[in-house]
Amino acid sequence: MISLRKALSSVLALSVVFSVFGVTGCHGNVTRNEFTVPEYFDTSRQFEITFWAKNDTNVNQTRIYNQAIEDFEALYPNISVNLRLYTDYNKIYNDVITNIATDTTPNVCITYPDHIATYISGENTVVPLDNLFTDERYGLGGSELLFESPSVDQIVPQFLDECTINGVHYCMPYMRSTEALYINKTYVEALGYEIPDIVTWDFIWEVSNAATAKNPDGTYAINGQDVMIPFIYKSSDNMMITMLRQLGAGYSDDYGNIDIFNDTTTSILRTVADETALGAFSTFTVSGYPGNFLNAGQCIFGVDSTAGSTWMGPHAPLSDIHESNIVDFEMVVRPVPQYDTENPLMMSQGPSVCVFNKEDPQEVLASWLFAQYLLTNDVQIAYAGTEGYVPVTTMAQESQEYQDYLNDPEEYSIKIDVTNMFLENIGNTFVTPVFNGSTSLRNAAAQLINNTVKSVRRRETIDDEYFANMYEEVTALYRLDQLSASKDSRAELGPLPSESKALLITLGVVWIGIGVYFAYGLVKKRKKS
Amino acid sequence: MKAMKKVLSLAVVAAMALSVFACSADTAETTSEETQAAVDYEYMSYAEYEAAALDTEVTVLCTVMATQSWWEDQITVYAQAFDGDGAYFIYNMACSEEDSEELFEGATILVTGYKSEWEGEVEITDATFEFTDLAQENPMEPVDLTADFGNDDALIAYQNRNFTMTGLTVEASGDNGDAFLYSWDGSGSQGDDLYFTVSNGETTMTFTVESYLTGADTDVYQAVEALNVGDTIDVAGFLYWYQGANPHITSVVEAQ
Repeated sequence: MISLRKALSSVLALSVVFSVFGVTGCHGNVTRNEFTVPEYFDTSRQFEITFWAKNDTNVNQTRIYNQAIEDFEALYPNISVNLRLYTDYNKIYNDVITNIATDTTPNVCITYPDHIATYISGENTVVPLDNLFTDERYGLGGSELLFESPSVDQIVPQFLDECTINGVHYCMPYMRSTEALYINKTYVEALGYEIPDIVTWDFIWEVSNAATAKNPDGTYAINGQDVMIPFIYKSSDNMMITMLRQLGAGYSDDYGNIDIFNDTTTSILRTVADETALGAFSTFTVSGYPGNFLNAGQCIFGVDSTAGSTWMGPHAPLSDIHESNIVDFEMVVRPVPQYDTENPLMMSQGPSVCVFNKEDPQEVLASWLFAQYLLTNDVQIAYAGTEGYVPVTTMAQESQEYQDYLNDPEEYSIKIDVTNMFLENIGNTFVTPVFNGSTSLRNAAAQLINNTVKSVRRRETIDDEYFANMYEEVTALYRLDQLSASKDSRAELGPLPSESKALLITLGVVWIGIGVYFAYGLVKKRKKS
Repeated sequence: MKAMKKVLSLAVVAAMALSVFACSADTAETTSEETQAAVDYEYMSYAEYEAAALDTEVTVLCTVMATQSWWEDQITVYAQAFDGDGAYFIYNMACSEEDSEELFEGATILVTGYKSEWEGEVEITDATFEFTDLAQENPMEPVDLTADFGNDDALIAYQNRNFTMTGLTVEASGDNGDAFLYSWDGSGSQGDDLYFTVSNGETTMTFTVESYLTGADTDVYQAVEALNVGDTIDVAGFLYWYQGANPHITSVVEAQ
């Protein structure tokens, strides 16, 4: 799990790289023709494709990738898939950026839509999938496929929409998760509270403040230990984004206009500062994994991904802490804290899959076939079961096999609970706008919270001047002012359509022709005279 | 308030000033270096650093033992206290690429940051630094922690130190009984951190080859990839901490 911290450490760096690309909109001199779907897939040729996959440092996920490749190659003996494993998205992102410049991108890649927004600033780098989706022979549910593929309609619409950039699908959802509130019910009840079905932010702060009470010997009354951080949020960026969304406050728009520096943000940060000062709150970046503190009885509320559920709870199958430090307690899960319990909102997140363009359309088609194979029930259900993920197709979600999984008493109950919670709330999920620079903004959102927490712990003065200075520093660090300035027409309108290009070329040829004719006329006149 | 140790001796400065006049041309270089060594650096001794509360600003003088790979203006440093009685882990210190090339083993730097704790690792974060011309006269020899193998209560006293352990046996890791794993559970691939388990016959520890410190092209990475279950080895490394001792191994050789 320590590698995850490494991933975070590279976030700043990547965002800077990202910003540079955001400003220049260029990854090198590699240009490529638009991909057009071949009429047929050439099974007489051998294709070797590379698949860069991300797993949650979970060997079961690795096994599923390998099994998927083996099964796919059995169906398509003329396609060989080389798997390269990653354990964090940022490293994939970094490697893709590097390989775009050298024209050595993978064929198929697990990624975030935010990252694709950068990839596509190179011309025809990533294959737009809309034509592939609907291709009758090789598209989703196509007639020539050698496996049962979902139709477009069988991909959960919310998840598919997340893969749209400037109206074009550049990726497909592969797995989806959300965040969950993992609660030490034993401690909450010991403090005299009952956990509601939907937990509010006020409830979180009230119980957390109560949990900071100490014994005369300096230990915490609730656990008798020296350490108690009642509320820890794993993803500081998600925390800020979710709170802003729940309050209807600005963050950004689809065009990259940055709206995060507003009064609501300041109000949220003041709460963060107050609760940190009381010892009620911290973040992963500052203190560590919520699960480690929860399992040691040193935390009451932890927000982490549903895809981290197998690490959460005293009986979790995975744990980073020594078993002698695990405290027994009853754990329950809820949606993330809300401001409006009638209209809960939570983040939708998770890996997507994209196909990189190549010179040979047949190679791209082979890549597309494999990418599509990742949406088959076998892969979807198996992978979702490794963590608190949800399959992205209704075909898988509604299958008997998946229903059996959800009802299997042998499965880790917390994992099943968060999965069910997510399934019940798919309609309450949201995503943030994707644009060239959205990753930088996300990192900035995280830094606002983390800086505030650190500053309180370091006894700095938190006032209006502090927030003004921090906004200025974060804006400069992540070049957010340049991001807004660089939301050029290309970002807004997408690449020029081929018809327009043809028209412009024709106009150019006509003007050249007129020029030549005019010059010829002049020469003729002179000769006559 | 943190106590500060001043490396300022007016007497030394005065003596050096006199020596400038007294020295012949061929000793001028030495005199210049000595003058640099007398520059006024304010820093905490290691003992003062140890006594400082978490989340307080600290300034330490230290000599680089190793660095992780530089990445976009940040670098993580393993350093010994200039005083020679302890070690620091300086996480993601601000550093330009140009400066990172000068941040080699033996460079002495003045670091200002915050004493922090993350999952049990006490480290310096949000740090900046400046180079000094001070020469480390007493590079810290690795401490032999073989006797404390597997005993976190004893090892914690040596957190971040360079250390050795000898005569350890490679144990099987993961479901397939491998001698090492790419990533903690074998879910990674070459280039990722390596994890391997060793025993002293009584208890086991899991060691890490941190890929940002010693990548796939280094001797230690390749030595671990070549391990077999049952091999007896001597190791050296830095005593990093993550929910207990989680050493970053920099050398693996056949037991002597």
